[in-house]
Amino acid sequence: MSAVLAAPRDYSSLRNLLWWLPRAVILGALAFVIFGPLFNMLVWTVAERWYFPHTLPIDYGFSYWGRVFAPRGNALQSLVASISIALFTVAGSLALAIPAGYALARLKLPLRGLVLLAFLLPQAFPNLPVYVNIARLFYEIGLNGTVLGVVLVHVTHGLVYAVWIASAAFSAVDRDLELAARNLGASGLKAFADVTLPLAAPGLMASAIFVFLESLDEFTGSYFVGAPDVTTLPLLLYSAGAGGNYQIASITALLLLVPSIAFMLVVEKFLRADVLAKVGQ
Amino acid sequence: MARFLGPLLVSPALIIILLLFMLPLAASVIGAFEVEGAYGLGNFTKAYDFYTQDIVFTAVIVGLSALLTGLLAIAIGGYLTLGENPTAVAILRWLYRWPMFIPFIVVGQILRTFLAKSGLLNSTLIALGLIDPLSATSYLDWRGVVIAFVWKQTPFVALMVAGAMASLDRGTIEAARNLGASRLRILVEIIVPQVTTTLLVGLVLSFVTMMGVLSVPLMINAQAPTMITADIAFRLSTYRDYGVANALGLISLAISGVAAWFYLRVNMRQSR
Repeated sequence: MSAVLAAPRDYSSLRNLLWWLPRAVILGALAFVIFGPLFNMLVWTVAERWYFPHTLPIDYGFSYWGRVFAPRGNALQSLVASISIALFTVAGSLALAIPAGYALARLKLPLRGLVLLAFLLPQAFPNLPVYVNIARLFYEIGLNGTVLGVVLVHVTHGLVYAVWIASAAFSAVDRDLELAARNLGASGLKAFADVTLPLAAPGLMASAIFVFLESLDEFTGSYFVGAPDVTTLPLLLYSAGAGGNYQIASITALLLLVPSIAFMLVVEKFLRADVLAKVGQ
Repeated sequence: MARFLGPLLVSPALIIILLLFMLPLAASVIGAFEVEGAYGLGNFTKAYDFYTQDIVFTAVIVGLSALLTGLLAIAIGGYLTLGENPTAVAILRWLYRWPMFIPFIVVGQILRTFLAKSGLLNSTLIALGLIDPLSATSYLDWRGVVIAFVWKQTPFVALMVAGAMASLDRGTIEAARNLGASRLRILVEIIVPQVTTTLLVGLVLSFVTMMGVLSVPLMINAQAPTMITADIAFRLSTYRDYGVANALGLISLAISGVAAWFYLRVNMRQSR
């Protein structure tokens, strides 16, 4: 009796086991396609000599790491430039986006939809023609090749994320809490600083990280406005790769990757679903 | 007072967008028609004479990449929604998002090494016996550009599509399943028609992004024919020729405009 009952279950678990064949092949191929290029980059970072037709490097070592992190090397200089530009960009974007996001979320605003749309525009057009003309404009007023020029370009690009996420973060704050603070005698500014801002902080943090990464990774704008006077990590990666130095290019790529991947792993902690649901509303 | 507070708080950010985005955008449109101090179509005839092949190449490459991205995003979203094995669904959910946060400049570099003649792709295919070592070729041409675009953009579109699929009414899906419809049929006939809008928004955004990327064509496809973005950079670095560069820029805006128009048309037809 029990054998009869067990038979279909065995059959279905066998079927499940057989289904793992195509599943494993497809998931394995996908994993190879996604992690293969990353692995290839890691091998290049420790390859001393590697050329066709060798499947693997001929010598391994860390000599290129030494060169990248040499005290007066290009790489360290670009790392400092990249990080300071990204920090300035975050400060600038947030200083603009917090008031704008609050106004969009809470205050009476004529043409609100149009204003939100205006912040989306830099995402809706291919950026390159715009950067070309910013570079031309900056050239005339002496901003080309300066850190400030690059920061301004990155702030414009980052405002999209900053304003939309800040507005969503403020919308997600319970309005009754603000009203309660006001009823207890807090001024509008105090209620904002003590209640609204701390409650919106995780969302604002997410937008800050987003803007930081966008600035760190930005290539096209920096290429036209910054190069050759300001060298950021992406510009260094590009010129090292163009010069055939794949080791330096791969080490730079790895440096750029680490913050991006770290952000991917923690993003869900900062961007809660209730904030995400309010983006663009 | 309170009436002016909102506009006052928004205006600094708006001014930045106005000065550093809309003004240069307008300058690029006007500059496209500027020929040695006068206005005319000279830049466009030059662009047509020199770069027709690249313009067609760009439209085809980006269109093909968007198409493949859409198909892969539907496949991933579909499996995440309809997959019956929780372990396989969990693995896929963990796996597919990785390229999303990797910047284009890094994508260009890592795929340049991966797709090279002696790259990991070819050595793996040779080790598996799938290709013969002598016939191994580099993929660093139009194929490399398409692979790079699809690699980078698929997670973004798949994330949007999977989100839309997850919020669909399960009732119809279960009913169709009980009536014996296969999962593929449910995906094609019930799920995809309901997420078309989300899919198209994701694809239009990807299309515009790909039209503006400079690093990937420079790093992966440094030969003729190449993409418009590389031509613009070349026109400026070699000739300081803003006229033709802006004409090419306007052409790439127009190609993106066609994509946006296509999206609007499908959207209108649906809401009717």
